[in-house]
Amino acid sequence: MKKMLIRIISVALAAVMLVACLASCGNSTDAKDEIVLPAFEGIEKQTVSGEIPETFKIGLICLHDKNSTYDKNFITAMEEVQAELGLKDSQVLISTGIPEGAECKDKAIEMAEAGCQVIIADSFGHESYMMEAAAQYPNVLFAHCTGTKAHTATDLNNYVNAFASIYEGRYLAGVVAGLKLKEMIDAGKITADKAKVGYVGAFTYAEVISGYTSWFLGVRSIVPEATMEVTFTGSWYDETAENNAAKKLISNGCVLISQHADSMGAPNACEEAGVPNVSYNGSTFSACPNTFLISSRINWAPYYKYLINCKVNGQTAVKDYIGTLKTGSVELTNLGAAVAEGTKDRIIETRNKLANGTLKVFDTSKFTVNGETLTKHLADVDDFGDYVGETNVIEGGAFVESKYRSAPYFDLKIDGITLLDEKYG
Amino acid sequence: MVNNTKHVKEPLVHLTRRLNVSPLFAWLIRIGAFILSILVCCIVSCILSPKVNFGSFFKYLFEGAFGSSKLVTTLLRDLAIYLILALAVTPCFQMRYWNIGGEGQAMMGAFGCSLVIANTAGKMPVWATIALSFAAALVMSVLWAVIPALFKAKWNTNETLLTLMFNYIAVCLGAFLIKKVEPKGTGILAFKEGTLSSLGVSDFWIIFLVAAVMTVFMYVYQKYSKHGYEISVVGESPNTARYVGINTKKVVIRTLLLCGLISGVAGYLLVSVKDSSFLSDSTTQSTVAGRGFTAVLISWLAHFHPLAMALTSFLVVFINRGATQVGNMARLGNSYAGMMVGIFFFFIIATEFFINFQIHFRAKAPAVPKEDRPAPAPEEPKPAEPGRE
Repeated sequence: MKKMLIRIISVALAAVMLVACLASCGNSTDAKDEIVLPAFEGIEKQTVSGEIPETFKIGLICLHDKNSTYDKNFITAMEEVQAELGLKDSQVLISTGIPEGAECKDKAIEMAEAGCQVIIADSFGHESYMMEAAAQYPNVLFAHCTGTKAHTATDLNNYVNAFASIYEGRYLAGVVAGLKLKEMIDAGKITADKAKVGYVGAFTYAEVISGYTSWFLGVRSIVPEATMEVTFTGSWYDETAENNAAKKLISNGCVLISQHADSMGAPNACEEAGVPNVSYNGSTFSACPNTFLISSRINWAPYYKYLINCKVNGQTAVKDYIGTLKTGSVELTNLGAAVAEGTKDRIIETRNKLANGTLKVFDTSKFTVNGETLTKHLADVDDFGDYVGETNVIEGGAFVESKYRSAPYFDLKIDGITLLDEKYG
Repeated sequence: MVNNTKHVKEPLVHLTRRLNVSPLFAWLIRIGAFILSILVCCIVSCILSPKVNFGSFFKYLFEGAFGSSKLVTTLLRDLAIYLILALAVTPCFQMRYWNIGGEGQAMMGAFGCSLVIANTAGKMPVWATIALSFAAALVMSVLWAVIPALFKAKWNTNETLLTLMFNYIAVCLGAFLIKKVEPKGTGILAFKEGTLSSLGVSDFWIIFLVAAVMTVFMYVYQKYSKHGYEISVVGESPNTARYVGINTKKVVIRTLLLCGLISGVAGYLLVSVKDSSFLSDSTTQSTVAGRGFTAVLISWLAHFHPLAMALTSFLVVFINRGATQVGNMARLGNSYAGMMVGIFFFFIIATEFFINFQIHFRAKAPAVPKEDRPAPAPEEPKPAEPGRE
């Protein structure tokens, strides 16, 4: 009898704990809504003309799966395109968890053998393997996102690169952060000389440098006194390291954080500390309702449709595709409830200026390097592994990013940004 | 009336060891378990995703493994790599030397090979780079296998811990090498020159033939050589080994030398033939990529029999590749294939239990109280001694 009693009590306790746990995991009730940001008006929508044959197949090779926000962008865009074009599951092959090694080549060949006419890979380290596969299957179109070598591989006509002018998205997100900083200064929470923002980066590569610099220039366009500290984790996806890095920046006195790494580490650290956060690759509003400001992301759907259109109609795809605000590739999420007043209108205005070219992100009059305004800079556009710049990229008073190739090559260390560390590979 | 009689409760289940299990019976159970594990995989997949049903699961499973001639050669190549790694650790286990460092030993083979290629490719004739890198692979791998063996022979240290920890040291050394060679690279060393594959040879045939030759060699070595006999004696009873005059320490070191050589070949093949690159981020993100650990399981499941190992490594590769295809088609994410392999291993390991033990359930009838049990038969009165009258 006693035993029975103990059993009943323990079961009851377990049930209570389960209920408590479920309750605590649920969303909190004081939900402030996010502010809807209308999509850019001037999008020239990519369409696929002509009939897509039943035998058409497209393959996508991803480094991680949907748990990584970066890969999620690729996968969900592919699913959207599949639904829009009415492709069957057997026509859209998605392989996840393909490391940046020989397995990528195996997978690409496997997809080509399975009848894919277009094969896309999403991670920087996939490039050399995609090129090897491209050499073996000249009738299949191989596209590599973030890659740098297509424009110099003139003998590989079926190999192309793509990226987006995401620095414009970053700049806009920086404007949102700047407005928030200004609100904090105006409210007397901080003084202008304390306006220091922090940035958690993955690696000290051009892609990340281009990202944080454009974001910082966005911030400075509103608060000219702002400074920034950057720290790197040395990994694209390391939740603990990103969380710790954000905490370190906050304890260093950074009053607003953004990141270029793929986990929820930094946004969660910000939510915990009540520090406003600008996210990347997708909205983190639902997890961080009190601190999320905005996020920029690349929408890959226009590029997928562009490739399909080229292949179906027998056209040659460009060596370097640069998605922009106009193609609908550079997107901003809705604004979080925490943004400063008037942010929405300001963003729409700035976005129009960027799209029509009246505003340039890397305007050389807006930043200095070692105290000097740049008139000439050789960037390492042709990637032969030498890390030596050969192309002048200062034109018409601005650093022209993503003109000579799709992948970012902005590698300047501008004044006002302090790198706490550097991490390569 | 109070019943004070104490019941001795018979347990619900009890186990007895099966003696003289016939091989046929054992194999029937194993095949049954394999089929059952696939069925469970199928059911779990159907629950996980609405895109999977009974028919499509098996269709994708077989498509992923045997869908085209290219896929079949890839499957056989992967099988061969597992097999070589399993063959390497097998003699150690037969000797009851628990070497779980196959991963690290192969990693060091890959390390030695990469070290030479990175420093000599393009500066030497290709054949010289190939020969040197092969030698370096063997030396590094043997070193990694023999160091723990020397510790064991000299100070009787625990080889399980030492070989395990050596795996992680090997990965760190690999990462160090990559950093040294390409400080600003992407974390992977890619080789264009100085590899066997740069000569245009088929990766499949080389790896497959090496594995086949090694399997036959190991079979003969185990069964017909004096070394093989000594290994089994040391494994069964070190004391017996000593009585018959076998130098146990020598056998241990010699066997680990062999193990290192085979692991070194595996490491070399991975870098110079299969990948043409070297990666060493962690035990899962590396050139060997955890295969050395799986190989331990493959060797055990086959009861150290080289031919049976070919079968167990086939099953592992089949499930892995097939499940990857199911996972991709149903968009289930990367962890899915690992889960399926896990289910498979779970069943196969459980099988060994059922082969070795028989389960008896308590009979339905209530247990007989102690008092009611028939008293032991009284001793037969001894026949009266014949009188000596």
